[in-house]
Amino acid sequence: MASLKVLAVALLMCGATVLAQQSGTFGVGRTPTADEIKAWDISIGPTGEELPEGKGTVREGAQLYRSKGCAGCHGANAIDGKAPNLKSKAPATADVWARGRILPLRAPHATTVWDYINRGMPLNREGTLTPDEVYSLTAYLLFINDVIKEDVVLDAKTLPEVKMPIGNDYASLPDWKPKTPRLKGYVETAPPPKK
Amino acid sequence: MGAKRPARREFLKSGAALAGGFTLGAAAPASGQAPASGQEHHSPPMIKEGKDQIAYGERSAHVTSVRIAHGGRPSPDNWGLTFHVAAPLQDSVGVITPSSLHYMGTTRGAFLPDVDPKEHRLMIHGLVDRPLTFTMEDLKRLPSVTRLHFIECAGNRSSRRAKNVQETHGMTSCAEWTGVLLSTLLKECGLKGSATWFVAEGSEEIKGASSMPIAKAMEDCFVAYGMNGEAVRPQNGFPLRLMVPGFEGIFHTKWLRRIKVVDRYYMNYNDYGHLDRDAKTAALSYQIGPKSVITFPSAGQQLPGKGFYEISGLAWSGGGAIKLVEISTDGGKRWQKAEIKGTAQRMAHARFGLMWNWDGKETEILSRCTDEIGQVQPSREQIAKYWNKPYDQTFSVEGLDNSIQPWKIAGDGSVTNGFA
Repeated sequence: MASLKVLAVALLMCGATVLAQQSGTFGVGRTPTADEIKAWDISIGPTGEELPEGKGTVREGAQLYRSKGCAGCHGANAIDGKAPNLKSKAPATADVWARGRILPLRAPHATTVWDYINRGMPLNREGTLTPDEVYSLTAYLLFINDVIKEDVVLDAKTLPEVKMPIGNDYASLPDWKPKTPRLKGYVETAPPPKK
Repeated sequence: MGAKRPARREFLKSGAALAGGFTLGAAAPASGQAPASGQEHHSPPMIKEGKDQIAYGERSAHVTSVRIAHGGRPSPDNWGLTFHVAAPLQDSVGVITPSSLHYMGTTRGAFLPDVDPKEHRLMIHGLVDRPLTFTMEDLKRLPSVTRLHFIECAGNRSSRRAKNVQETHGMTSCAEWTGVLLSTLLKECGLKGSATWFVAEGSEEIKGASSMPIAKAMEDCFVAYGMNGEAVRPQNGFPLRLMVPGFEGIFHTKWLRRIKVVDRYYMNYNDYGHLDRDAKTAALSYQIGPKSVITFPSAGQQLPGKGFYEISGLAWSGGGAIKLVEISTDGGKRWQKAEIKGTAQRMAHARFGLMWNWDGKETEILSRCTDEIGQVQPSREQIAKYWNKPYDQTFSVEGLDNSIQPWKIAGDGSVTNGFA
């Protein structure tokens, strides 16, 4: 019995050690400075809170579209280049879903356009555009798709306020839960057919 | 038997296959069977082993199975970008895809970054109590997991133009991945109560980023530095990639450098690419459905004649482990339970087989699977019926395509795409 008691105490102590390890942290990793986080954080969410200072206009964007080489891949009129179209061929009166998969037209937030130009363009010189240049290019692409007027100045305040034509006319993803069918009632959850 | 001997001798003299050497090794001692040269034993030619091959082995020069560019866009393309490259499933055995043959895809076409692991950092920030930056050394100190998982590209869909299983299904592969659970890292940082989504970002030139639910992060995501017993290959995200078991490939962020915990869907460029108008289509567009395909016999292959064959294939699901695979060898009239080889792992390829005697007559073979949560792989006819659409050549599967793939076997043993 005595030895059993010792064993039980020993087991309890082992358990306590494991618990202590689980509830604490491992103490691995380094705390980044606020500046380091700011330098790396290029994610611009729908509210635009991460947007940098600066501003841009449609006119400057039109010039940059040529001087930065955008026209070379996307076409002089943002249509029929080797790279994806940036202007819809359909009239502005058409349903937005029928106007093609055009980023500066179909995106639900203008911040997505800014974010993508900033992180992904121009090809092979990504990350070289200044905030002013990104604001201007975003303005130009939104203008040629009839999303904003020619005299709109985009900055950290006005960009998130741009009303995109899609509005709320898109589906949000369902809450994900483990071990749950992707769509209740879909054919794949029905019993298999017998021919 | 005697009539066959000269043919065998010719075959061996040509040194065509290593296997031939073994065959003769067993047969040679019998009297009167010595080859014309008078040699008692035949040895195959030698593979010249340079220092490189001793240091890091190569497969046999007789094995020529390779990946191919997928979907009509060359990789590398005119700009030197790699887009989509498909694995040769028709030659696959078992469930592990060799790292050299693992399918690959990139956000929009990307250059392959040459990341120095000593310089590489993973930063976790946003809605956490303690933002943290990890070196690769840091990550390797933490408790690890090793799990078998498939990855599949959303573009992995069969068409009637596809000529073989590499074209219809090659944008999926399965490997053994090793790394640290994302929940371990997020607990280390202390998750705030308002956290509902996270954004994962790669370090390639486009810095591809996707939004994912925090529930998935805490369930089974991990950051992987190991693949099939060695470091993750550059094409698969060296030195670190995110694993999001069962979700479509693009979420498995390669060259992972940053995780930002947020309180809303962030609508990154990759997220924009997932936009759907219809809620049902959207729901079918991120967790992979139950899916299977017969890899042998499959389109482009040729059966030498009637007789015994083990039908072989792969099954997988984003919903969990594969529980049942059924095969029809008569165009879908009757279904037989296939044997699952070994233990099917969750969100991993499972290898299945069925013993089959082909009578030499034209037929169609199909496979379908059921996963641990009861999802059953549908046929395209069933899917069309669900959407109230006619099933004709214009029909396209909504969301990720996990429909049953038919293979036609002609009387001459040639195998072709049943959708053609």
